[in-house]
Amino acid sequence: MLVAVLAGFILAALVPWLQPYFGERAGRLYALLPAALTLYFATFLPGVAAGEASQAVYPWVPGLGLELAFYLDGLSLLLALLISGIGAFVVLYAGDYLHGDPRQARFFVQLLAFMASMLGLVLSDNLIALFIFWELTSITSYLLIGFDHEDATARRAALQGLVVTVGGGLALLAGLVLLGTVAGTYTISEIVTQGEAIREHGHYVPLLLLVLLGAFTKSAQVPFHFWLPNAMAAPTPVSAYLHSATMVKAGVYLLARLHPALGGTDAWIAICSLIGGATMVTGAYLAVRSTGIKWVLAYSTVMALGTLTMLAGVGTEAAMVAFVVFLLGHSLYKGALFLVAGGLEHGTGTKDLLAMGGLRRAMPITALLAAVSALSLAGLPPLFGFIGKELMLESLLAAPFAGVLLTLLAVVTALLVVAAAGAVALRPFFGPYRETPEVPHEPSNAMLAGPAVLGLLSLLFGLVPGIPGDAFVSAAAGALSSEPVHAHLALWHGLTLPLGLSALAVAGGALLYSRWDRARAAMRRIDAPLYERGPEAGYDRLMAALSDLARRVTPVLQHGYLRYYIATTVLTLVALVGLTLITRYEGGLATAIDVRFYELAIAVLFVVATVFACRTQSRLGAVVSVGVVGYAVALFYLLFSAPDLSITQILVETLTVILLVLVLFKLPGFVSFSSPRQRAWDALVAGLLGTLVTLLLLVAVDHQFAAPISEYHLAESVPLGHGRNVVNVIIVDYRALDTLGEIFVVALAAIGVYSMIQYTRPAREERS
Amino acid sequence: MIRPRSLILQTMARLLLPLQLLFSVFMLLRGHDLPGGGFIAGLVASAGFILFLFAFGIPATRALLGVDPRSVTGAGLLLAVASALLGLLGGDPAFTAQWWQPAIPLIGTIKIGSPIIFDVGVYLTVIGALLTIVVSLAEAEE
Repeated sequence: MLVAVLAGFILAALVPWLQPYFGERAGRLYALLPAALTLYFATFLPGVAAGEASQAVYPWVPGLGLELAFYLDGLSLLLALLISGIGAFVVLYAGDYLHGDPRQARFFVQLLAFMASMLGLVLSDNLIALFIFWELTSITSYLLIGFDHEDATARRAALQGLVVTVGGGLALLAGLVLLGTVAGTYTISEIVTQGEAIREHGHYVPLLLLVLLGAFTKSAQVPFHFWLPNAMAAPTPVSAYLHSATMVKAGVYLLARLHPALGGTDAWIAICSLIGGATMVTGAYLAVRSTGIKWVLAYSTVMALGTLTMLAGVGTEAAMVAFVVFLLGHSLYKGALFLVAGGLEHGTGTKDLLAMGGLRRAMPITALLAAVSALSLAGLPPLFGFIGKELMLESLLAAPFAGVLLTLLAVVTALLVVAAAGAVALRPFFGPYRETPEVPHEPSNAMLAGPAVLGLLSLLFGLVPGIPGDAFVSAAAGALSSEPVHAHLALWHGLTLPLGLSALAVAGGALLYSRWDRARAAMRRIDAPLYERGPEAGYDRLMAALSDLARRVTPVLQHGYLRYYIATTVLTLVALVGLTLITRYEGGLATAIDVRFYELAIAVLFVVATVFACRTQSRLGAVVSVGVVGYAVALFYLLFSAPDLSITQILVETLTVILLVLVLFKLPGFVSFSSPRQRAWDALVAGLLGTLVTLLLLVAVDHQFAAPISEYHLAESVPLGHGRNVVNVIIVDYRALDTLGEIFVVALAAIGVYSMIQYTRPAREERS
Repeated sequence: MIRPRSLILQTMARLLLPLQLLFSVFMLLRGHDLPGGGFIAGLVASAGFILFLFAFGIPATRALLGVDPRSVTGAGLLLAVASALLGLLGGDPAFTAQWWQPAIPLIGTIKIGSPIIFDVGVYLTVIGALLTIVVSLAEAEE
């Protein structure tokens, strides 16, 4: 299973090398991987249908109890199949969609990495690993939304998506850590068995709120729904894949996964049903209000995510079955519709529904595929979407909390969605023919394969609902409710109340669609003031306030005066360490220290050189006298039998003086000297640091805090380190990791100097 | 300030550079048992090149080096990381020292270990980084 998850990352890493060899056909090659993964996951179907769950555990950081644990039950399997199955069609499709685009390699790297992250997310059995994959999907999504990075709209949308989902991710991390602490384990399959203990724990409410915040931002619930439609700036295959079928499902997946552990309480039911219900209606309303084909679909995705959240909130067995069926149905028709939308955009050169019309003659296959999936979106028989909607209405009617309200919301939503489905499936293809920027033509077979197969599945599952019902719906719903569930899906439930409500919604929706143009105008009149105060405006104001704050704070902290940086650092150090020393230290100071006369002589040399450096009026004199201080230190090292340190000090001092001379030589002599007041202040700062260090040394000499490690180093240097120079053995063996870090710092410093000089060079050359 | 001009400096630099490089290798190799090591040796070698730079200027120094000092930095880091990973081949955690003591006729037993390779990495990184900085600064002067 580890290979299945990592394969996407590995292939992504190989793409830059594969792309030149396969060129335009590369997409077809890459599609083989998700196709193979689909088959691999399909082999688990019989076992999962029989109620088994597969587990695989690989140690990752054993010291931290972090492991790559994978868990495959009905819910994970359903999502894994959707991710790899739809992924195969999207990759295939993208090859033709980005035909001739030089950025194809970059696109596939990001898309495949996303796919692997998503698989990792739904298969993870460890909270921390889940969180890491969760963030990986946010980052790959950011890169994919901003794929067209020269377009300011795309950049803004990408950043917005990242800020919202990663901000929620921070809350989620805190929530997951709390959950792990409360449950005493980070293994999800163990956590879900301790639901009662967790729900009664004192930390339950904060924990729940944090987790829900993470899930709601990721799944674009009100009031965070605004980032999802903006994410439509991404290439259409990405919208089809990330922002309808997979990534945005991560939030509702998490809700479903943790339902046995966290669900069922009043807080859970109230928050999830109400937020979900509000999101559902908002999404449907905004879908009808929009005219860009991708925006209509994006808002209807928001609608679907709201519905799923609401069903997770209701939490009855019927709601769980409805959740799974709705999720599956939505992924099938929404993936297909987005791919159709991409085909329309590709074939006509526009994304605006109002600019299209009468395309059924030029694009008959596209029209047929759009109709099939749109019927499923509208929830009409005999498509699978109908079954999902009926189950939802049925479960809402029996909901323990606010059932009437939720049913009412659902009927209104269904009505609006019928109109939106009409806008997507009827508007472009019927009515009078309109001129489009490009002569309309059918997309290629690779681009039609996805919507065709997904549409067929919608139809097949609708006509024979027993296939998905037996294969995974029962198992997946069972994973949600922690008890075995037997789902009996059927197209015809008899003349029931839900059927009547559906009929009402369809009739109302058809009416609304027939007056779509007038309805839109009315909507825009009514909600214009809301837009100005909506959540997106709030996001903009927040970001503006952040920039403003940064603009005010930065000049204070990053003023560019080295002397103030040093003073700040020194004073902070003196305050923190000095305060601790005074308040906490109870031992004495060393008093009896024998000082030899030659040590005293070197100390005098120190002082004289320092005073000279401060008093001299020549730059070169100051540099040299600071060098003298360095050599005096080297002498001290030598006296205390540390030849390595001494040699290093001498060499570094020499090179420093040379470097300083190199830099300072061209500078004019000192012009302005600091004022006496400034000098007094500098002397005070320096004196404080000197006093502190002296005190610390006296404390250290007087007080042995722990047994020195030097004896171990000395004893083991030859037997373990094969070297008689202990200093060197420490550097290259005992503490090699530290040294590695240090040489990286050295290299970084070099790169820093190099880039700073190279960066300022062109400007200087222009001036001269 | 760096212009090829002083005959004395040029003669000295030409004579000293090979000696300094030899000395740096000597310091590098004996470092595990006696005062020395990669850092010190790197400083000595850099000092030699810097002296040469002062005497002959940038183009001559670049020609002498043959490679860009930035590449030397990179090679040093790579070598250090590679030596750390040698431990993994032996089934130990990374950074575990690996030693070989082959007996070579006429010379006797010598010891080769991943810490020595690591030290060579430090040596190259120090030379590369220092020369990158000095050459950049010198170029900025012109």
